[in-house]
Amino acid sequence: MAAIATSKRRIKESAGDRIFLGFIYVILTLLVIIVLYPLIYIISSSISSPAAVTSGRVWLWPVDLSFRGFEELFRRGEVITGYLNSIFYTTAGTLISVTLTIMIAYPLSRRSFFGRNALMMFITFTMIFSGGLIPTYMVVKGLDLIDTRWALLIPNAIWVWQVIIARSFFQTSIPEELLEASEIDGCSDLRFIWSVVLPLSKPIIAVLVLMYAVGQWNAYFDALIYLKSADLFPLQLILRSIIIQNNSGSNMDAIAMVEKQQLAELLKYSLIVVATLPVLIIYPFVQRYFVQGMLVGSVKG
Amino acid sequence: MLTKRIGGIVLEKQLAFKPDYVPDAKRKASYWRTARRNIKKHWQLHLLVIPPILFFLIFKYYPMLNAVLAFKDYNVIKGIWGSPWVGFKHFQLFFENPQFWTLVKNTIFLSGYLILAGFPIPIILALMINEIRAGRFKKFVQLVSFAPYFISTVVMVSIIMLFLAPRLGFANVALNYFGFESINFLGEPGMFRSIYVWSDIWQTAGYNAVIYLAALAGVDPTLYEAAKVDGASRFQKIRHVDLPGIVPTIVIILILNVGNVMALGFEKVYLLQNPLNLVNSEIIATYVYRIGLLNANYSFATAVGLFNSIINLVLLLTVNGLAKRLTKSSIW
Repeated sequence: MAAIATSKRRIKESAGDRIFLGFIYVILTLLVIIVLYPLIYIISSSISSPAAVTSGRVWLWPVDLSFRGFEELFRRGEVITGYLNSIFYTTAGTLISVTLTIMIAYPLSRRSFFGRNALMMFITFTMIFSGGLIPTYMVVKGLDLIDTRWALLIPNAIWVWQVIIARSFFQTSIPEELLEASEIDGCSDLRFIWSVVLPLSKPIIAVLVLMYAVGQWNAYFDALIYLKSADLFPLQLILRSIIIQNNSGSNMDAIAMVEKQQLAELLKYSLIVVATLPVLIIYPFVQRYFVQGMLVGSVKG
Repeated sequence: MLTKRIGGIVLEKQLAFKPDYVPDAKRKASYWRTARRNIKKHWQLHLLVIPPILFFLIFKYYPMLNAVLAFKDYNVIKGIWGSPWVGFKHFQLFFENPQFWTLVKNTIFLSGYLILAGFPIPIILALMINEIRAGRFKKFVQLVSFAPYFISTVVMVSIIMLFLAPRLGFANVALNYFGFESINFLGEPGMFRSIYVWSDIWQTAGYNAVIYLAALAGVDPTLYEAAKVDGASRFQKIRHVDLPGIVPTIVIILILNVGNVMALGFEKVYLLQNPLNLVNSEIIATYVYRIGLLNANYSFATAVGLFNSIINLVLLLTVNGLAKRLTKSSIW
């Protein structure tokens, strides 16, 4: 539709319209630069020499290509531990979250499910009101989950928004006829979910997996409040202690003449790259699923 | 919702699980009979929802019960339920606290700034993206503008700190290059809000634009035809077709934004805080964390948190009601 509209429009585009359009292209190009520049700058810095980074010689491209930052990074035990922990939390957390989300979203999508509206209200209410930080902390504490890996996997396992998205997908994409046919054949509900619903729902499962995985990988708040032992810390928490805590407001880097401190500065850039790269590398391939997911949610949301 | 016409009366079909519409007297009995039959027939589905329901009960609803802590003096040995009641003592303490107005002001100012600046930008971005021809450039713009959304809060704040670092940060190197004095951006209380808001826009504008793009894709194409016949320019088309077409979406997003004024995210503010900018950067959420978890003042922090939740709920309901009356768009 859009293609037809534009091709027609191009025939008799007025001068004013062409200037207007040109203006839009210029602004969007500027926006792309504004978004990309910091990202390129960080990547470039991470593979420049420590001296070039600290003397402000990096503007866009790497200066004196070197990988010392990354070498230093992988010599640090805590970074490796954090990385492995984050991989574990992301994998296990996503598995738990996606399973639980489907378990509630599918029944909620069935018209004939008794208590559907009540259940829907029961879960959406938690979106607009919550007991608060301390009462939730007390529950986690009461269950003896403090300072265990479970604390990062369970207390925030289901996001209501994801349930809504999955439910609208099931509602619109699983034909009612399939259900009727399978019921006539004497197929049980579980069997139906396993051999009909799940195979038909790959796009939404992809969205759920991606959203939860990115959420888990990027999370730090739960780790901050629930974990105490450093060997359980996810990468984000390690990142915070290396980059943010050693930087806040103090003018300590006035004496950053020493090689060691230059390296420490470089390390920050390398850390950012290492922590963000997994997400940004898969992102272009999965972007369309994310967009789809948001669209499904907004149609019925 | 399905509607069904029986004897001239239109019934709103609230519970859609079996269209059994019988005269009023028998209706209730038949309702429960159908319900029982339904549960028996689909017991597997009901079994399936039990673990998720337990999750919500334990981690979402039980904390709401625990919030009675706000009306008690918490005692570790006696536990939540054994601790003595103290009524509104903690609320009173909070309202009389000299920090009270600062916290409320900081929370509202930061949220308000974020909405004023951050709300229109995704709309403009979506309108612009919608104007350009479908092709590589369009895809590229969307891909790039969406990307920062996936950067974690910790990394985002790390990037901000590296860029704005007092001496070696990019911003100051650039300032010095053009002959200006260095600024300790994060140490200036007056700069805190702008840093927070504009970095947030940098990170989420592209993501937020997607919803408006979806709404724009749904605008009736005959309206564009009509606009073209009338000789509308591109700008007039945006003004008179595109914008009115996405007003319902805009209203809903605005409700959600305003309704969440008090529920400002803890994570980023906390990470950006330092002793120098605390005057402007201490918001209710960070205060609750500091008082509650760091100082173990559970009851008081719960009261503060509860106050925040309730104000937020009231705001959301008010804004939603207003929007319903004014524009007929609402979230429920």
